[in-house]
Amino acid sequence: MRFIFKTDYDQDIRILKHSGYWWSYGVLLAVMLAAPYLLGSYLQSQLVFVFIYAIVGVALMILTGFTGQASLGHAAFLAIGAYTAGFMQSLGVPFIVYFPLAAILTGVVGALVGFPALRLHGIYLVIATIAFAFIVEEVLARWESVTHGNEGMRVRALDLLGMPVPRDSEAFYYLCLLVLVGAVLLALNLLRSPTGRAFVAIRDSETAGKSMGIDLAAYKVKSFAISAAITGLAGVLFAHKMTFISPEMFTLLLSIEFIMVIIIGGAFGVHGAIFGAIFIVMVDPFLTALKDDLPVLVASIGDSLGMSPEAAGQLREKLAKIGSAAGLKGAIYGLIIMMFILFEPYGLYGRWLKVKLFFQLFPLYKRATFKRQKTYVKSERNR
Amino acid sequence: MSFFTVDGISLQFGGLKAVDNVSFSVTKGEIFTIIGPNGAGKTSIFNLISRLYDPTSGRLFFEDRDITEVPPHQIAKLGIARTFQNIELFENASMLANLLVGRHCHATTGLWQEMLFLPGVRRAEKEHRRKVEEVIEFLDLQAYRDKLIAGLPYGVRKVIEVARALCSEPKLILLDEPSSGLNVEETDDMSFWIRDIRSELGITVLMVEHDMTLVNRVSDRVLALNYGKVLASGTPAEVQAHPDVIAAYLGA
Ligand SMILES: Nc1ncnc2c1ncn2[C@@H]1O[C@H](COP(=O)(O)OP(=O)(O)OP(=O)(O)O)[C@@H](O)[C@H]1O
Ligand SMILES: [Mg+2]
Repeated sequence: MRFIFKTDYDQDIRILKHSGYWWSYGVLLAVMLAAPYLLGSYLQSQLVFVFIYAIVGVALMILTGFTGQASLGHAAFLAIGAYTAGFMQSLGVPFIVYFPLAAILTGVVGALVGFPALRLHGIYLVIATIAFAFIVEEVLARWESVTHGNEGMRVRALDLLGMPVPRDSEAFYYLCLLVLVGAVLLALNLLRSPTGRAFVAIRDSETAGKSMGIDLAAYKVKSFAISAAITGLAGVLFAHKMTFISPEMFTLLLSIEFIMVIIIGGAFGVHGAIFGAIFIVMVDPFLTALKDDLPVLVASIGDSLGMSPEAAGQLREKLAKIGSAAGLKGAIYGLIIMMFILFEPYGLYGRWLKVKLFFQLFPLYKRATFKRQKTYVKSERNR
Repeated sequence: MSFFTVDGISLQFGGLKAVDNVSFSVTKGEIFTIIGPNGAGKTSIFNLISRLYDPTSGRLFFEDRDITEVPPHQIAKLGIARTFQNIELFENASMLANLLVGRHCHATTGLWQEMLFLPGVRRAEKEHRRKVEEVIEFLDLQAYRDKLIAGLPYGVRKVIEVARALCSEPKLILLDEPSSGLNVEETDDMSFWIRDIRSELGITVLMVEHDMTLVNRVSDRVLALNYGKVLASGTPAEVQAHPDVIAAYLGA
């Protein structure tokens, strides 16, 4: 275990608290930079999706994790970013213009969503954001002159100052990595300055926040705007990665996936967004593989255990049928969320911290180290 | 010129008059205590002062300024800080972060500056930390600096709440039952701190308190309240000898 003896305020403020962090994050960054040359194109492509999901995860972390305002409408912000890219590109606007423009546009829309959200708490806010996402979905389907409606829209390869950056290139990978690192730094910078602390204050006690001089309305709107703007950036990258966008790509299920990113990763720190993104992006190919291979595997095990060939065949058919049932993915997602909320509310990152502490303290780790104690009854009177 | 004045203030919840035409004024540098049985309307008065509630009638004046219509988030900036009866700390943040929120009303940095963490922000952050450190020193909270509030014992939280209020460098501090839930020793410490807040930091104290020993020990003046109405006011001894006060407490 390492004990830090603080002798100046810079030590508090610094993002990388001590030399150990420099090492581990340095190595991580080096691995990420080398990855395109080490991995096959499939894994590189998966990593790009991890980055895009992680950018949205960071955005959602700012709004939901820090400020405590839940949103099931982030797919809509992603869509606005993506369509801004597609439309602007078709007008011949260069990437370096429409990339920031997408952030500004989604940021403004985010602020507009934030205003009515000021009076809503918890489940009502969730419903309002879902309604917003439906509106956006509907507009995308109907506003054919701009979005080509349900037919969808083709997005050409990204063109960075005359240099083409195709979706499978190393350059695209680095661009996504760069935006992710930028988003993470931005979130960490906010956290160590008054605005980020005001967000956290609003999450934990609006009453106290108000009395400490925090203008709740202003900060909630700021949080919505920042979160939406970052998601808009992810949307641009998403459009270029997919090369084709249509309204049905930005449904409620996608918003749920984003919420899962932070619930599974752990909603209390930026790390959680990364962990969650890795999990979500990797769980999909895993489920597909499971769906294809599990029935065959089970049948062959049954076979080797002396099951009759017909019975084994029937079993395989049955499992394959269950595997291809509609809505199975949603059900499994639901199950995963419930398990996390019940058994590991701090998410994968929380689990990681516990494992780390276990080894640091070995053999003195106490099981109750992370148990929370409720020492008083919180009054909700002043809401 | 009076420092802080409550002028005929009333607050109505439906048919219930929680505060009924209450007037008093606090002079600079005194410790003024409001006492009264449960449900007398003490916390409601605090909520009116910190503008969480709008009064049905009456006015509030602070340093000769009418603050009856000032929005709640601007009260801290004027120099009025408070604690809460049920403790309203930011549970999932460290003590340091909590105290730094106390300095929010002195924040000068803008959003863009903060996102990029420009040198100006770093300078301001250090200044905030220096001020916070003084309060940590003053209330002996060094041991909890980087601890999460959620894991701290009740007594410590109570002190941290006072610390957070002090971090805003107020002129007037409102303490809602600072000793409730504390044991005898902790109450003793609290009474010393309350006196130090007045004598060393020069902050005027307006508090609500049930513990009569503490009230007698620190208060210059006391106001007794029942069913939202003022029963008596004066020195602690005078108020406790007042027949209406005795009747209210004994339920006679
Ligand atoms: N938000 C509210 N809505 C309705 N009634 C309220 C509200 N807040 C307080 N009351 C009522 O107003 C009255 C005064 O409450 P208040 O909290 O001010 O009492 P108090 O003097 O602080 O009591 P205690 O000693 O128990 O803290 C009580 O009858 C209470 O039930
Ligand atoms: Mg009370």
